[in-house]
Amino acid sequence: MRRLSLIAVPYIWLLALFLIPFLIVLKISLSDAALAIPPYAPQLDFAGGWGAVKAFFADLDFENFEFLTTDDLYWKAYLSSLKIALISTGFTLLIGYPIAYSMARAAPEWRPTLLMLVILPFWTSFLIRVYAWMGILSNEGLLNQFLLWSGLISEPLTILNTNTAVYIGIVYTYLPFMILPIYSALEKMDDSLLEAAEDLGCSRTSAFWLVTVPLSKTGIIAGCFLVFIPTLGEFVIPSLLGGSQTLMIGKVLWEEFFNNRDWPVASAVAIILLLILIIPIILFQRNEQKQREAEGQ
Amino acid sequence: MAQETLFEPWNDPNESPLIQFKNVTKKFGDFTAIDDLTQDIYAKEFFALLGPSGCGKTTMMRMLGGFETPTSGTILIAGQDMNNVPPNKRAVNMMFQNYALFPHLSIYENIAFGLRRTDMAKGAIDARVNEMLKLTRLEKFAQRKPHQISGGQRQRVALARSLAKAPKLLLLDEPLGALDKKLRQDTQFELMDIQEKTGTTFVIVTHDQEEAMTVASRVAVMDEGRIIQVATPDVIYEAPNSTYVADFIGDVNLIKGTVELRVSSAPVNDPEPGAVAENIVDETPSPQPNKLGEWIHDTLLSPIIGERIEPIKRLPPPSTAELAASQEKIQTAQDGGLLLNWSDKNPTIIVSNGDETKDGATLTFAIRPEKLNISKTKPDAPNALQGKVIDIAYLGNVSTYYVELIGGQMIKAQMANARRLARRDITWEDDVWVSFTDTAGVLLER
Repeated sequence: MRRLSLIAVPYIWLLALFLIPFLIVLKISLSDAALAIPPYAPQLDFAGGWGAVKAFFADLDFENFEFLTTDDLYWKAYLSSLKIALISTGFTLLIGYPIAYSMARAAPEWRPTLLMLVILPFWTSFLIRVYAWMGILSNEGLLNQFLLWSGLISEPLTILNTNTAVYIGIVYTYLPFMILPIYSALEKMDDSLLEAAEDLGCSRTSAFWLVTVPLSKTGIIAGCFLVFIPTLGEFVIPSLLGGSQTLMIGKVLWEEFFNNRDWPVASAVAIILLLILIIPIILFQRNEQKQREAEGQ
Repeated sequence: MAQETLFEPWNDPNESPLIQFKNVTKKFGDFTAIDDLTQDIYAKEFFALLGPSGCGKTTMMRMLGGFETPTSGTILIAGQDMNNVPPNKRAVNMMFQNYALFPHLSIYENIAFGLRRTDMAKGAIDARVNEMLKLTRLEKFAQRKPHQISGGQRQRVALARSLAKAPKLLLLDEPLGALDKKLRQDTQFELMDIQEKTGTTFVIVTHDQEEAMTVASRVAVMDEGRIIQVATPDVIYEAPNSTYVADFIGDVNLIKGTVELRVSSAPVNDPEPGAVAENIVDETPSPQPNKLGEWIHDTLLSPIIGERIEPIKRLPPPSTAELAASQEKIQTAQDGGLLLNWSDKNPTIIVSNGDETKDGATLTFAIRPEKLNISKTKPDAPNALQGKVIDIAYLGNVSTYYVELIGGQMIKAQMANARRLARRDITWEDDVWVSFTDTAGVLLER
């Protein structure tokens, strides 16, 4: 009985905060847009009795999902989001891995400080940090001023409101999510494994590729998912740093909700996004499971 | 046969050493890990570096492996200066303390790892790995991951992996530290067996003196970055060159005193050599009076010729077989040597193997507990000291008696428990004699 109640807590949590909202969104996505408050129909009315509920279900249809396939804006947005998420995950990995590696190789007394520095940006509002990037990347921004002053360029570079700015913003924001799991994997690694590899004839470089990288694999996978999953639906960064040509599904979703006030279509967009994300989330869970098994030797 | 198995390349002037440390010093900041060390190690040796933690033994091994470079001095392997040769370019492999098996690779791949780094053909690698698996009896586990096998098996994988490339020199860093005692003993013999089969030179680092004694052809006892003594296990044990070595290897009683030249004609505790034998000759029975003769002597003759002397009642003289059997027990001191004055309440200790040139010096007498004998009656031995049993440690096969000698010196004596515990006749608070032969101990200068 006690065990059951212990398990019940997280499940009730999931039910209340994940499953029920999801069902509500699913329901909206199957409804029709209407000029009403809330702006969709039909409404579920339990007061009308069994007949009303039956009528309500009869009114639900997949019209909105069909609509998504007719307008190429949506699938282009999905593809573009996937592309941006993939590329920025790649960049985050390229930048994050060396940082995590050098942190794990640093003297033990320095590691908590370095870890602190990685986590420190979270103490400032995410929005403020993105605004700060606007100040840095704009035509009159710090970066352009510095480059002009140093004589490297004669005209300011247009970075803000381009995809480049979006990549910079995403990589900057999600870097800690990449560094932390890789660092924790590398930090656990026994240095004598590298010595053993060298002893058996590896150069430093091949020891890195044959031992360090495979052993940090779970960290790399976890970091990539932690960056990829939220980036796919990212809305704030593309809308603040991106330009008109930056197409991301999070932005489309926002526009459907607040500009078009078409809640059913927006919900359908959200449902599809969730379905796309379920695959990497399951893969991520698998990776975690595998890691736990490897550690539980 | 016996001549052939005698393996002592260090005594052969024609033999050239495989490894040479020449005035090697290694410093970590202010700390001197290795202090001006010079040492030769020969091919096919099983060389043990023994010492407490922090004595520099691991540093010495890591310098052989190429993981540390000497601050000064040179290390030669097969005549080649190794100072600038990285670990992956040395014909040296190391078995790491925690085995350092690659957790992401199977046992097979772990063993093949070093071979794959060479230009060896695939088939040859497979053959070599299988040979190694067979040598270490791991065939069944080839496809398992390191975390799926036991500690003893992991240890064998580590050994197989380090032997796979057939190195000239194999370094073993506390290889058996993680195993329990029983498994450790089995593995020690396995190691010796494999070393013999492969003909590889082994250098083993250990802090376990028993392990070093078991496996090694020579043992180097280290302390504070220096080698204190290098010798075969029996010499290290029986003839340590210092109290440090004597104390580090096994148990020892140390008695400090001044020595004087022994006048061999004046035995201290024991009749002259040969006296026992003469006594036996004297005991040949002379005619003895019968009951009537005794009565006549006692009543009539005693006022005239004095009291009748009661002959000592003796057992019949020992047969030759009995004599041979008791030969060891007839302990007679040899001539020469030194006498140790160590306490005014106790007799001097005869050390007939003492160096006579040390006359007058202050030396420490070292004697192993198992070389002491304790008895309730005064034994017939060159050295016998009186004391009282303070404590007895029962260890199963042996018991260690802690005896306080007159004057307070504590001494440990170890006796094999040939009898059941219940029949032990010496117990706490008993007054006992601690005895030992004149050659059982050694005199040490430092």
